Amino acid sequence: MTARQEAPAGAAVTTAAPAPGPRGGRRDSMLAADRRLGYWLVAPTVIVLLAITAYPLFYNLWNSFHHDVVTSGVPATWGGVSNYQRMFTDNLFVPSLVRTLGFTVVSVAVETAVGLALALTLNRAFPGRGLVRAAVFIPWAVPTVVSAQLWKNMFDPQNGFVNYILTALHLPLAHTTWLGGTWTAWAAILVADAWRNTPFMAIILLAGLQVIPGDIYEAARIDGAGAWQAFRRLTLPLLKPALMVALIFRTLQSFLIFDVIINMTQGGPGTSTSVLSYLNYQAFLVDFDFGYGGAVAVALIVFALLIAAAYVRAFRTEQVL
Amino acid sequence: MTAAAAARGRPAGHHLTPARVLARIGFYVLIAIFVIASLFPFYWIVITSLKSQSDLNQGTTSLLPGHITWGSYSFDLTQTSATGLNFGQTLLNSAIVALSATAVTVVLAVLSGYAISRTRIRGKGPVLAFVLLAGFFPPLAMAGPLFLAYRHLGLLNNYLALIITYMIYTLPLATWFLANFFSQLPRQLEEAATVDGATRLQALRRVILPIAVPGVFTVAILGFILAWNDFTFALSFMETPNKYTAPLAIYALGHTQYQTFFNRIDAAVVMITLPVALLVIFAQRRIISGLTAGALK
Repeated sequence: MTARQEAPAGAAVTTAAPAPGPRGGRRDSMLAADRRLGYWLVAPTVIVLLAITAYPLFYNLWNSFHHDVVTSGVPATWGGVSNYQRMFTDNLFVPSLVRTLGFTVVSVAVETAVGLALALTLNRAFPGRGLVRAAVFIPWAVPTVVSAQLWKNMFDPQNGFVNYILTALHLPLAHTTWLGGTWTAWAAILVADAWRNTPFMAIILLAGLQVIPGDIYEAARIDGAGAWQAFRRLTLPLLKPALMVALIFRTLQSFLIFDVIINMTQGGPGTSTSVLSYLNYQAFLVDFDFGYGGAVAVALIVFALLIAAAYVRAFRTEQVL
Repeated sequence: MTAAAAARGRPAGHHLTPARVLARIGFYVLIAIFVIASLFPFYWIVITSLKSQSDLNQGTTSLLPGHITWGSYSFDLTQTSATGLNFGQTLLNSAIVALSATAVTVVLAVLSGYAISRTRIRGKGPVLAFVLLAGFFPPLAMAGPLFLAYRHLGLLNNYLALIITYMIYTLPLATWFLANFFSQLPRQLEEAATVDGATRLQALRRVILPIAVPGVFTVAILGFILAWNDFTFALSFMETPNKYTAPLAIYALGHTQYQTFFNRIDAAVVMITLPVALLVIFAQRRIISGLTAGALK
């Protein structure tokens, strides 16, 4: 580093410093060697990720224009847009899409509100904060299957906690078969999803809160701002980047909800809790209908990429370089 | 007088007025609610897992466990069902697959993270954007085509299928985190090593990696949790119960019997939760720093 500053004084230049003439060739070859090494090192990651994303993407696209039921033994035939036509007329896809969107909006709203409350709480100093943070964070680390099974148990009419406590407190709904009705099943699913994912929301928001310097609140208080005003005018705007990241992540995951659905309700009662991912699972791995499944998959990918595009915009790739 | 003096001695705003006391109490009540909401369900599955079937048949009668039996745990770990499902075996499968996926993730992400942060390759922006985008790919949309590909390659019901596919969970986060981590290490370290005659790869292994251990550790812990928690791909690619992972086994336990044996399922749930819960308790800071590294920028 210092060599570069001293360069004008003499010829004692390190190879990293720019030098004209015959040395330029050596520099070029070093750059080429550096690049070659870089490409070799980055290649395995890119190849693996391409194989498991780009390949399914194009395969789904191709398949979605064909009739291809793998178990039938009949080779795939050209189907035009019939799979897409079926999607919009079969009374499965559109209702599933509506349910998925509805669940996404409600769950993200609930998790944001509770997550923000949790983050604001954890942002204040109190004895035992580290322990409390670990305690509320544990649900995020458990498998989604666990959160689903655990809440299925909690909501069970015979062995559950929910009906037991409702009965003990003489509250209504004490004899509800939660997973047996459409809206009560959705309530149970929402609880299972929010219980596991609110901590994630809170942790991201807490990280955002912790980079806000404390003295701006001091200044605001001196200027006569109340707590609510300080929250609205200072905290929320400064929290916006972290909030964006958390929102987009959670929106995508909520939109793709699957594990909780299949473990708690299997889309039931009837198809009233069937969502897009569940529909795609049924098409692929129950019916082995890769044409229709491909069309549903393309729809899922398009939605996911739209959400991801918003994320990449918010994230700005240059900052890591 | 002494009280007034003490009050004057405290910084302004710490007067213990009744309103402040109430606010303090409310604050601690709020914390208690959050902690109970997070942990009580765990308590419930633990006590359910310790109940006998006859206790369960009587329904919930108390918040306390009552008569404790470890029968469900020994049943899960030793008994193999008629379909060939043994929960102990599936735990082992999960451990093999998750640890292998973690190891592969660490190797690939160290190499690509190093290349992105320390070499002058072209197209770093597009590469990073692609890696990030890949992390957003819907698992279920991949499941069908990958199922056919693995069937063609003879990899169905094979650990390899899961290890490869789990890269979609782990690699994007790991690559981003390590690229960022390496870029913050002083460049002079490896320059000195290469001047001393080491090749770039030697410098990476002997100079960069030792100081990057904390970052690698973070990536490994997060990768393990993400791989351990998978359900979708195990459901898609693992066909016989002796090859199931533990989350898939829990699903099978809950859906293939006439009667739901909550004690046996919950014993399995407790066993699968234990490793990740311990990771959170002992490596909380590391996990959080890994998750929030992106959000903070």
